[in-house]
Amino acid sequence: RRLCILKGIYPHEPKHKKKVNKGSTAPRTFYLLKDIKFLLHEPIVNKFREYKVFVRKLRKAYGKSEWSTVERLKDNKPTYKLDHIVKERYPTFIDALRDLDDALSMCFLFSTFPRTGKCHVQTIQLCRRLAVEFQNYVIASRSLRKVFLSIKGIYYQAEVLGQPVTWITPYAFAHDHPTDVDYRVMATFTEFYTTLLGFVNFRLYHSLNLLYPPKIDSQADAELKPTEGKEYAMDSESYLERLSALSSSLARVVAPTHEDEVEMDEFPVEGETAEQMDAKKKEQEALEKHKKLFEGLRFFLNREVPREPLAFVIRSFGGQVSWDKSLCIGATYDATDPSITHHIIDRPHVEKQVVGRYYLQPQWVFDSVNAKLCLPVADYFPGVLLPPHLSPFVTEQEGDYVPPEKLKLLALQRGENPDEESEEEEEEEEEEEDDNDKEEEEEEDESEKEEEMKLKKMEEQKTQSNKALPVKVTAGKVRVEDKQRLEQEQQSEEKRLAIMMMKKREKYLYKKIMFGKKRKVREANKLAAKRKAHDTALREEKKKSKKAQRA
Amino acid sequence: PLPSVPLQDIRNTVGNIPMEWYQDFPHIGYNLDGKKIYKPIRNKDELDMFLEKMENPDYWRTVQDKMTGADVRLTDEQLELVQRLQRGQFGDVNFDPYEPAVDFFTHEVMIHPVTNRPADKRSFIPSLIEKEKVSKLVHAIKMGWIKPRKPKDDTPTYYDLWAHEDPNSILGRHKMHVPAPKLRLPGHEESYNPPPHYLLSEEERLAWEQQEPAERRLNFVPQQHRCLRAVPAYPRFIHERFERCLDLYLCPRQRKMRVNVDPEDLIPKLPKPRDLQPFPTTQALIYRGHTSLVRCLSVSPSGQWLVSGSDDGTVRFWEVSTARCMRTLPVGAVVKSVAWNPNPTLCLVAVAVEQSVLLVNPCLGDKLLYGATDQLLEAYVPPEEERVQPVQWVLPGAEEHGKGIRLIVQHGKPVKQVTWHGKGDYFSSVVSDTSSRQVLIHQSSKRWSQAPFQRSKGMVQCVSFHPTRPFFFVATQRYVRVYNLLKQELTKKLMSNCKWVSSMAIHPGGDNVICGSYDSKLAWFDLDLSTRPYQLLRHHRRALRSVAFHRHYPLFASGSDDGTVIVCHGMVYNDLLQNPLLVPVKVLKGHVITLDLGVLDVLFHPTQPWVFSSGADGTVRLYT
Repeated sequence: RRLCILKGIYPHEPKHKKKVNKGSTAPRTFYLLKDIKFLLHEPIVNKFREYKVFVRKLRKAYGKSEWSTVERLKDNKPTYKLDHIVKERYPTFIDALRDLDDALSMCFLFSTFPRTGKCHVQTIQLCRRLAVEFQNYVIASRSLRKVFLSIKGIYYQAEVLGQPVTWITPYAFAHDHPTDVDYRVMATFTEFYTTLLGFVNFRLYHSLNLLYPPKIDSQADAELKPTEGKEYAMDSESYLERLSALSSSLARVVAPTHEDEVEMDEFPVEGETAEQMDAKKKEQEALEKHKKLFEGLRFFLNREVPREPLAFVIRSFGGQVSWDKSLCIGATYDATDPSITHHIIDRPHVEKQVVGRYYLQPQWVFDSVNAKLCLPVADYFPGVLLPPHLSPFVTEQEGDYVPPEKLKLLALQRGENPDEESEEEEEEEEEEEDDNDKEEEEEEDESEKEEEMKLKKMEEQKTQSNKALPVKVTAGKVRVEDKQRLEQEQQSEEKRLAIMMMKKREKYLYKKIMFGKKRKVREANKLAAKRKAHDTALREEKKKSKKAQRA
Repeated sequence: PLPSVPLQDIRNTVGNIPMEWYQDFPHIGYNLDGKKIYKPIRNKDELDMFLEKMENPDYWRTVQDKMTGADVRLTDEQLELVQRLQRGQFGDVNFDPYEPAVDFFTHEVMIHPVTNRPADKRSFIPSLIEKEKVSKLVHAIKMGWIKPRKPKDDTPTYYDLWAHEDPNSILGRHKMHVPAPKLRLPGHEESYNPPPHYLLSEEERLAWEQQEPAERRLNFVPQQHRCLRAVPAYPRFIHERFERCLDLYLCPRQRKMRVNVDPEDLIPKLPKPRDLQPFPTTQALIYRGHTSLVRCLSVSPSGQWLVSGSDDGTVRFWEVSTARCMRTLPVGAVVKSVAWNPNPTLCLVAVAVEQSVLLVNPCLGDKLLYGATDQLLEAYVPPEEERVQPVQWVLPGAEEHGKGIRLIVQHGKPVKQVTWHGKGDYFSSVVSDTSSRQVLIHQSSKRWSQAPFQRSKGMVQCVSFHPTRPFFFVATQRYVRVYNLLKQELTKKLMSNCKWVSSMAIHPGGDNVICGSYDSKLAWFDLDLSTRPYQLLRHHRRALRSVAFHRHYPLFASGSDDGTVIVCHGMVYNDLLQNPLLVPVKVLKGHVITLDLGVLDVLFHPTQPWVFSSGADGTVRLYT
């Protein structure tokens, strides 16, 4: 099992399950014979055996209380390395980056475990170190793109060498360890992931000309040392702590030579029109702008705010950040510093406000990052009811439901300022949406109805003509038939007839696809309806409160 | 040592034991003589104690001797000792803790040894025990049990693993490798502060709770928190990571071909119905008059008259163009089938009523024509010798003759169907029976009948003559058999692939047959191609009742219990290489479903692209 985890071997679903399983259909897992042979040839198998022998000997020596033997055995403890497996599983660096999601999530989870029980302290420390190193890399390369506060944890998405890497970190609380989880499996995964992440970090740091293991910029270091040294006696620990404070830049092997400013050379690719080029350029510019979102802003984190995620996010968009000195090492400036522009606070009200800075709730930082622009601060003052926090990972396709908040945001991004008439617009948008929905519904019904309608009309005509003889002649109404509608009807009928002619298999597929589409529409409609109900309820409440005020 | 001052010489001999052991006994130990020492009587209550405390000046220095239970007054020396110990001083008054220290051994190295003992012999000879130990170690080293300490591995743990990466050296394994799919990214509903409409309403939450955990679309309940500070830890975080781990190494991976087709592309490209005109598109006329379901229809070869038979026991003759009922012929029983003689020079209708087939002259249209028909029937000369016939040919009475009935062919069993040969002389009837005489062929001019089959091959559903050649089609429940009447042999057996054939029609060209079945399928056979259906069309939702071909136009129609008539374009090419083209062109609705029956019979007009349908609602409709 352990070997399977390390080597990334997974079972296969056989084509003929019954044949493989000798006639029974009981669920079993099947591995490829090739994979099993492949595992047998792995050199690490021998190392595992050695380790097993070592453990047995050690236990025996303990039992006999032969302490010198114990010492000797411990000195010769067999070790194994997973380097070659990493290389084998990920022949290229890009492959490794592609699979980094799980590795990061796991490392971030393990780094929050308590140092007791459950798993080895060294593992936890290593995880913590690697996670912090990766965060530092993201800061240094400014590659963070999206952040999302979910109820499960905080999702981050960074773009490392063109690959989107997404990971989730839990909120900083003690875990209550579930009993139905096999920690050995998790530990084996972590073992592999730490190795992978270590190599990836090494490579990433070198791609940025940074030292690995990371060192804090000597300049900043000098500033920090005298004050911090006293409070933190243990040097080795304080180093990691300071690193994890994420407040200072890292030392480079080569002094930064403003390489970032070098204009990208333009290689006109053949077949690429000027428009595409333009679009590309624009995108590039937008990206650059996004990277420098918080440049020049100075943040101060109040003590009740989760420090690490916020510091990480702000720093990776170029902002400067500090916190209360007693909270953590590495605070660079004080709360009273007059140059602070944004004070992140998560309390219902502020006791004493300093003029010249915004007091904001932490969601502002995350929402701004996702919106790629500094949002208007008014919605985020302390004590204010926050606007909803939307997921940046959702990209609406055509026909999907788009929440009104997102529409507003998109409008903001386009450069419009709908703040004043936002409400009206919202309403309009909603109305539009509703109209659309109705139309869709109608369309669905139409196809069924139209046939009946036609027949009815005909019948009417006929009855008219039949009855016209004995009964008095009534003036025929001029029936203005919508030509478009007729055409539509005809087309839909043709389509239905064609559907009738489809082969059985294709028909099945077609029906499935159409079912999926309809379900999507239904869900969107449901959401919209819910939203509408909610809004109307709100409006009525408002009206009521207004009336009450007037009275 | 505490000198105890006994009042008497009571000495306890129990020794140094915890005195609690004697708690429950009346005595406290034994004296030197072995007698029990009884506990002193203590009858002092709280008040006495208090009084004693107040009155006795020595109370503070009185302690109880645990060994004897007697109260002891401490002497002055004893008091002093206690006080000294309490202060942390030595018990002995005379002990001086600050005496000058005298070294036992001086720190200076002397010339002479302290003891003048000569060295042992064993310090000169090698130790046997040590030798044994060493030899054991040597042996262990030799045998490889003890290994030298490994040199410290000082290569860095991390280095540039992908320094020489060569994209071409990817193993074959990696080509087959299915990379682990990434986790789904979170949507709006997972936010800690989602838009309000993403929150579950009460009933949705209930539904969510009742679902199996594996069935839920969301594995969490969306929640809204006022601020970031209020967000709690997610209790299932470790679970989710663990499940991901399990998925990674226990789930079989498979490349699933996502069918990414536009559903519009799946729809076959058919010629537009508009290009395939003419075909009936609208309901033009309704022939009302029957009071019960209309089972059968037939049109005169000229296309001017329509005859319909109904469950109300009448046969009605209609004028097609005006929907007027020209004649009503009461026959007194359910009319199972009517068939107009296809010969245009005759005016004769075969009507199957109960156990007989009536040949009716409707006396409609050209007087010459129906007069000639009567003459023809009367010109029959009975043969000299009476032949044995399976049926009886009976001349009707005068009253019936007046109604138009010219001949009655009496079968022994109820007749199901009657159909004419293209020439108009022969007609065939189907009897609902299981014997070999299910199918009978009659010649009307000679009033002669015969049963063509020796043995029955199952329930015959319907029969039909080939329009041009001497073939005879018999549809049983599952097969359609084609007989050559001249050679009197079976030429073909068509498998219909249906459960129960209900009706059959033959293309006027004669090479194609369609079969409708009660399991709502329509099978198109190409007799030249194979005995299996060229195409099975599942257009109807309910059982098919009847099918029909148009005589000139490439059209065929099918009527079903779902109340619709579907008109299809069925082009048969003269070129043998080209397969027939089948395109549904129109769904005609109009009949009301009564008693779970919809359309019972369909029929094309002989010259126009019109279709008649008779339904269970007692109407006959014409679509043009």
